[in-house]
Amino acid sequence: MKDNNLEIVYDVKGLNLWYGDNQALKDINMKIEKNKITAIIGPSGCGKSTFIKTLNRMIENVDGVKTSGEILFHGDDIFTNKLKVEELRTRVGMVFQKPNPFPKSIYENVVYGPKIHGIKDKKLLMQITEESLKGAALWDEVKDRLNENAYSLSGGQQQRLCIARSMAVNPEVILMDEPTSALDPVATMKIEELMEDLRKDYTVVIVTHNMQQAARISDKTAFFLSGELIEFDNTDKIFGTPRDQRTEDYITGRFG
Amino acid sequence: MKENKFQIDNNRIKRRIVLNNRVRDLFSVVIVLVMAILIVLLYGIGKDSIGWLDLQFLTSNLSIFPEKAGIRGAIMGTVYMMLVVIPITLILGVATAIYLEEYANDGKIQRFIKVNISNLASVPSVIFGLLGLTVFARMLNLGSSILAGGLTMSLLVLPIVVVASQEALKAVPGFLREASFGMGADKWTTIWRVILPVALPGILTGAILAMSRAIGETAPLVALGIPTLLMKIPTSVMDDFTVLPIQVYYWTLDSVLTREYTFLAAATIVVLLVTLFVLNSIAIVIRNKFQKTF
Repeated sequence: MKDNNLEIVYDVKGLNLWYGDNQALKDINMKIEKNKITAIIGPSGCGKSTFIKTLNRMIENVDGVKTSGEILFHGDDIFTNKLKVEELRTRVGMVFQKPNPFPKSIYENVVYGPKIHGIKDKKLLMQITEESLKGAALWDEVKDRLNENAYSLSGGQQQRLCIARSMAVNPEVILMDEPTSALDPVATMKIEELMEDLRKDYTVVIVTHNMQQAARISDKTAFFLSGELIEFDNTDKIFGTPRDQRTEDYITGRFG
Repeated sequence: MKENKFQIDNNRIKRRIVLNNRVRDLFSVVIVLVMAILIVLLYGIGKDSIGWLDLQFLTSNLSIFPEKAGIRGAIMGTVYMMLVVIPITLILGVATAIYLEEYANDGKIQRFIKVNISNLASVPSVIFGLLGLTVFARMLNLGSSILAGGLTMSLLVLPIVVVASQEALKAVPGFLREASFGMGADKWTTIWRVILPVALPGILTGAILAMSRAIGETAPLVALGIPTLLMKIPTSVMDDFTVLPIQVYYWTLDSVLTREYTFLAAATIVVLLVTLFVLNSIAIVIRNKFQKTF
């Protein structure tokens, strides 16, 4: 029996994507569920980063990108003008591979989103800052130095600041593109612990090259290979009893 | 065992070390020569200006008596002209750079414009003077006023400001744009709140260097025909004016007849050089202070 309460956030239908003449995504069909952590795994060049950047249309900043098919976000195709790209990216936050805080204070980083949406009330901005930094498990470490430059933080703290920054505009979805690949094991562990809490309030899609990470933190896992979605199922199923031989070869470390 | 017959020749290493030392010596001699020429020039000018460069010289108007002559008019002329040049070049230059770097598609026309802005930066300044004479002085009937001179000078330094601003904008790391776009910011918000603050030191450095060029430039104003002898201090942008380098030019020309004009010219050069030196130092300080490493 299917759970009828499952709400679909993203419904990807027949998505193809080309970089010039080079097809990077081939006929992807995938439903991403609310308040779940969906991990995307696969070897380098399989299209996993391309896919996640398509979900908030960041991929369009690359020259010569063409897409076909549709991605429905709560029923609206994100490629049509019904949903402005700025609106989409406000409802869908993103955390990048390399921490990319602005060269401003910690406080200014967090309130960047609220401020561009016109919030001027100092009390409200401070409240948002505290809640977002707590949400990203960074508050205790930075509460006494909110006016210091974000680049005085360590790499792991910077990445959590970026997570806090994306949380500050109350998005429904947070996309994470290999958020721990530039971090040391301790910082990685902190972010993984944080993911556990994120599930309550957000729908998370995370790209990772680290299969153990996917197994540890995600509810659902999608395996990409050469631009195709090979298998998409519950994480325990993918890592326990994969249906496809190629999935099994990859997770057992036979290639990749 | 490897089969190839590669062997390290220790004599070769020694020869390279010797060559390195010789090259270093050669370059040291070159820099000493260049500095020596500069010092001789500065010494000559400095020596000539002694006794002539004082407060009275800075605050007096022109006079037929060399002892009473001063450069107040030229200083005011330079200041007035820069009041025209600074806002025009900053606003037009930065706006052009933002359009070209952030908004324009990378089409053929845009590439043509970019290349030609760089070309404009190397057009001889007297050509800009002739353009100013035709367009501002004659067609717009501005004559040899401060406005005409300022507009002509703006055209001359505009390409410098544009190119410097473009470089500063290009140097802003792409991941900052990505971060802002990823937050749902539109292009202008991103430019205003993220890109410009990071690019500002680079833009300012370029702008200051362009301004010091405008202060020291002579040829376009000569082409525009600004007056040799100006006894009246300018009060509005429509007045005739003269600037420091022009003053130097005419005093030097007349020094054959009036020996003292050499000293007046030397004193003016010192004022001009000190001004330019201060401006360029400010540019260097800004560049070093705000140079951020990401």
